[in-house]
Order: sequence, then structure tokens, then C-alpha cells
Amino acid sequence: METEKRSLSKASLATLIEQLNGNGAVVIGPQKKDNLVVFEPLHTLAEMTDEYIATTQSPKDVAFPKIERLFNYHVTQFFVDQEAPVKNYPEVVLIGARPCDAAGFDSLTAIFTWDTKDTLYMERLALTTLIGMSCSSHDANCFCTSVNGHPGSTHGSDILLTRMGKGDFIAEIVTEKGKALYDKYAGLFGPDSGEDKTKYLTEVPVKFDVAETVKKATGMFEHPIWLEQSLRCIGCGACAYVCPTCACFDIQDESAGSNGHRVRCWDSCGFGLFTLHTSGHNPREVQSQRWRQRVLHKFSYMPDRLSLVGCVGCGRCSRACPVDMNLSEHMVSIAEA
Amino acid sequence: MDDIRKKAKELLESHAVDVVIGYGEGTAGKVRAIFPRKAEDAEKLIFDGRCEQNLAVYLLKHEIKHMGKKAIVATTPVMRSILQVASEYQLTQDEVLVLGVSPEGKYVEIADFAAMEAYLKTQDFGIPAKDKAILDKLEGMTLEGRWDFWLEQLSPCFKCYACRASCPMCYCTRCFVEVNAPQWIPIAANELGNVEWHLLRAMHLAGRCINCGECGRACPLEIPTHLLTFKGVEDVKEDFNVVAGTSASMDSLLSSYKADDKETFIR
Repeated sequence: METEKRSLSKASLATLIEQLNGNGAVVIGPQKKDNLVVFEPLHTLAEMTDEYIATTQSPKDVAFPKIERLFNYHVTQFFVDQEAPVKNYPEVVLIGARPCDAAGFDSLTAIFTWDTKDTLYMERLALTTLIGMSCSSHDANCFCTSVNGHPGSTHGSDILLTRMGKGDFIAEIVTEKGKALYDKYAGLFGPDSGEDKTKYLTEVPVKFDVAETVKKATGMFEHPIWLEQSLRCIGCGACAYVCPTCACFDIQDESAGSNGHRVRCWDSCGFGLFTLHTSGHNPREVQSQRWRQRVLHKFSYMPDRLSLVGCVGCGRCSRACPVDMNLSEHMVSIAEA
Repeated sequence: MDDIRKKAKELLESHAVDVVIGYGEGTAGKVRAIFPRKAEDAEKLIFDGRCEQNLAVYLLKHEIKHMGKKAIVATTPVMRSILQVASEYQLTQDEVLVLGVSPEGKYVEIADFAAMEAYLKTQDFGIPAKDKAILDKLEGMTLEGRWDFWLEQLSPCFKCYACRASCPMCYCTRCFVEVNAPQWIPIAANELGNVEWHLLRAMHLAGRCINCGECGRACPLEIPTHLLTFKGVEDVKEDFNVVAGTSASMDSLLSSYKADDKETFIR
């Protein structure tokens, strides 16, 4: 649909949050928690903060939670009885996701639907309405403009809000889902103020040419750069777990006696165990191979197979990394190699 | 600092070592570990108050372990880590040359493990006041209060294992959390899985933790997991008079029996 422009006052946003809650939606928005900014259930506008570049963790868990119960089971003498858990997924309204976060769902959807449709992810996502928030500031880790994004991009948001300085918001209704929410609460929105959002957006410098870098990285499988870049990598999963596009998971059974349930939980290609075979062989034996996998999956395999770059330039991995692995710096050095 | 750079350069020039593990400038005001292998790269070494990461973790990292002889820029926690892993037969004196740094940032010449042991006798191993205050507060709480405190602190954990990966003493190629026959603790980052992971890790570090605090610093969610192992540091000192990382030839506390061990926990 064609994007429709409206305005939304701060007071109306407060009312919207309260009415959404009153109507049974789970509203999730960015909140301060000690030194972090995290997406948590939001009941009033006062709980929400606008002092954040990106939240510590991405909002991907609205559709891809860190633990998802797949089914319950009961072991009898000769059989295993399976029973699907009751899916009482809530209707979610995610407010304050950045344009990079919104774009992150493209990657997740591409992965979760590339052959067998992942119904758990799709059902949760279908119930989620995303009210994005444009960026008025950025930091040194941000590089959305290097990976086809923009601080004011409407892509991926159902409604995109742009705050006019410290005042009210420009509201862009982008998708049918956004329109459905707008129609229900139309009384809270004002007419298009005619303001251009551009002047309220931050300018994120382009650090590398993505098409060139993808092409280049694809031919660098055997390059010594992977070892050089990853010498200081300690092989934790912080980057993957804060990433809005990382989709890998592990399947585990949790049992007590003859009853149990099967869950899927986040996993990371940075872990040594990730590709360890039962035989003892590990095709990615050392960290440099695992680092190469992480970069090439996003910048070569996904462009090749799913026709999109699997990175949205939010910079979370670089902020979360305990040893200062900086993704945009590494991409620049790949481009220049 | 110039002394460290000069020494590192000499060592690389004379091929006395193959790599120097030290600190260099990172991005956005951060510092990072760097690994000069050529004399001219020694110029990039820096040392200042930001250089907190416990570099000893790299001594046992596969790609670096196999680079040959290593020199390492070593503050007190790094030296203690070296002695601790040496006492666990993971490292020998021949593999590593220490470029000592005093708490004031001055170069300290350390000839061998014996010299390191002697130097460390002069150093303060105290737990930082900020952490000590929280530990004392926890000590004063009821059992239920402490339990609730930790449930709340550990609930956001998503098991990225940055705590484990950043720790020089967490070098096992297969950690207990990954042993699945039998499955000791839940892999999922649920309430039970998180509590069991952090408590068991603390137990595995009792008598081994050198209170560098790296696990807490590494946590992307700022969970103060280091307080759990710090408590172990206090307890083993009080109960067994053992201070980890002070000798390359000490016995493993939890796997050695002494006739005069206190048994006050048996009631």
C-alpha cells in the first residue's frame, strides 16, 4: 500500500499505549534498566525511554524467543506420546524498534521460510505490529547505510514514527497491518503536519560499498584475513544473541522421569560445539573458521541464497563484544584486502 | 610503557619470542588485545587504565598456543592466571615470557615463575571495594533474600557464555554444561538452567578463581556473575587458607585431601 502520513502527539502516544494494553495487546518498548536499554512490556509512556541508539538486545524474541517449547512428551513402555503445547501467542505491539531492527525481521523471515515454513515464527510474527522509531542519533558502531538501510527507513515497520526534536511525532502508516491498527485508533492521530522527517534524522556515514564487499568476500574463503581478524575473538555467543538477524537454534529435550518437553533455544556458530560431529570430527575446528562462517553467512551465503544481506548494521555485536570485535571495521578491511 | 614496547621489540627482533600478547588501541576509545609478531608492530602496544582484559585467556587459545613462544603483557591478574593454569599443567615456564606491569603501569622484569611468585607476594589481591560492599550486603541477607537476588540477576542470562569464554581458567574443551550423557544441567536459558550454570561454574572455580572480574566485565547484559566466584575466593581463603594463582606448583584445592582440612560443614 501507499504510505499515508499522519501526526501523533506525545500525549496521544501515551493514550495509545494505555488503550492497546487495555484492549489486551502486549505492548513492548525500550526501557532503561541500570546501564542497559531493554525491550520490556510497556504499560505507560513514562516507562519508555528515547535515550538509546539501539537497545542492548534486538527485539527478535517477539517472533523468535530464546526458548520455544515445541511439544510435550510422555514416555510409556512401548511408545512416546507427543502433545503439541497450547499456542496462546499474544497479540504484540512492538514500539520503538529502530529501522535496522525492523529490517532484521526480513532476514529472519527469509531464513525461517526458505523451504519448510517455520510456523512457530510465522504465527508469532503475524500477531506482531511493529511501530518503528526513526533515529535522531547514532554512534560509531552504527552502519545501516552501508547495508541498504537508513535512519528513517520505513521498510519493515508497520507504522514508523519520527520524533520532531523533543516534540510530537510524524507517523507514517506503511503496511496493511499498520493501517488496521491506525483504523482502530484513528481518533488519536492528527492530520499530516506537512513536516519533512529528513531534518530530524541523523546522518550515518557509509563505511563500505555493500555490493562490492559481498562480491569480494565471496571469493575470500581461503584468505588469511579471517585468522588475523579473529585472533582476539574468544568464541562466546554475545554477538549472535544480541543480533537481530541471527537465527540459529539448538534442539534440546528437558525431561523429568517419563515426562518432558522438547525446546529450541538460541545457538551460535561462534561456539566450538556448534558443528562438532558425533564422530569427534569438527569441520570448523578453530575460531578463525567460525568467525569466517559468521561473516560469510551474512555477507555471502545469504545474499547468494536468499537475495538479501544478512546484516542490518545496528552495531549491536560490536557494542556487546567483550574483546572489541568491530564488524564494520572488519568489513572495511575485507573491502580493502 | 616505552620500556614494555622496547622489550617487546627486542624479543621479536631477536626471535626470542614468536608473538607478543598485549594491548592496543581499539574502536571508539576502547582498547583491545593485539598480537604483534613483527618487531615494527611492537610500536602499537599501549598500556593505560583502560587495559583491564585478562590477556591470559589467549595463552591457551588454540591458534595462539600454537604460534610458538609467547611474551605477554602481564598485570597482577594475568600473572596469577598464568601460575594457576601452570599449576593445572596447562602451561609451562618455557612457553611464556612475562612482561610484568605494576599497578602503577611500570614495567617489571620477571625472569621466571619463581620470580613471579616472589613478585606476587608483594602485591595486593583485594576484591574491589565496590564488589566487596555488595558481597557484604549479600552476606547480611537471609537465605531467601539472597536466592531472590540471584534469581533476579540471572534471569536475563541468555547463555552466550561470554563469562566462560573470557576466563583463563575456563579452558576445558568440553565444559560440564555441554556434557549431555547424562545431561547435568538444562542447556536452555530458563530459570533453572541459568541458576545451575552460574552456580556450578562458581563451584568449578572455587580455589581457582583469581578474582580478576573478567567474567562480569565480559557479560553483555552486565550480570555480576563475578560476585559468585569472588565469594568462593573469600570462602577458600577463610576455610582452607588457599589463595589461587600464587604458585605454579600448588595442589588443586577441591581435588586434594588434607588431614587437617576443616570439616565444620558436616553437622
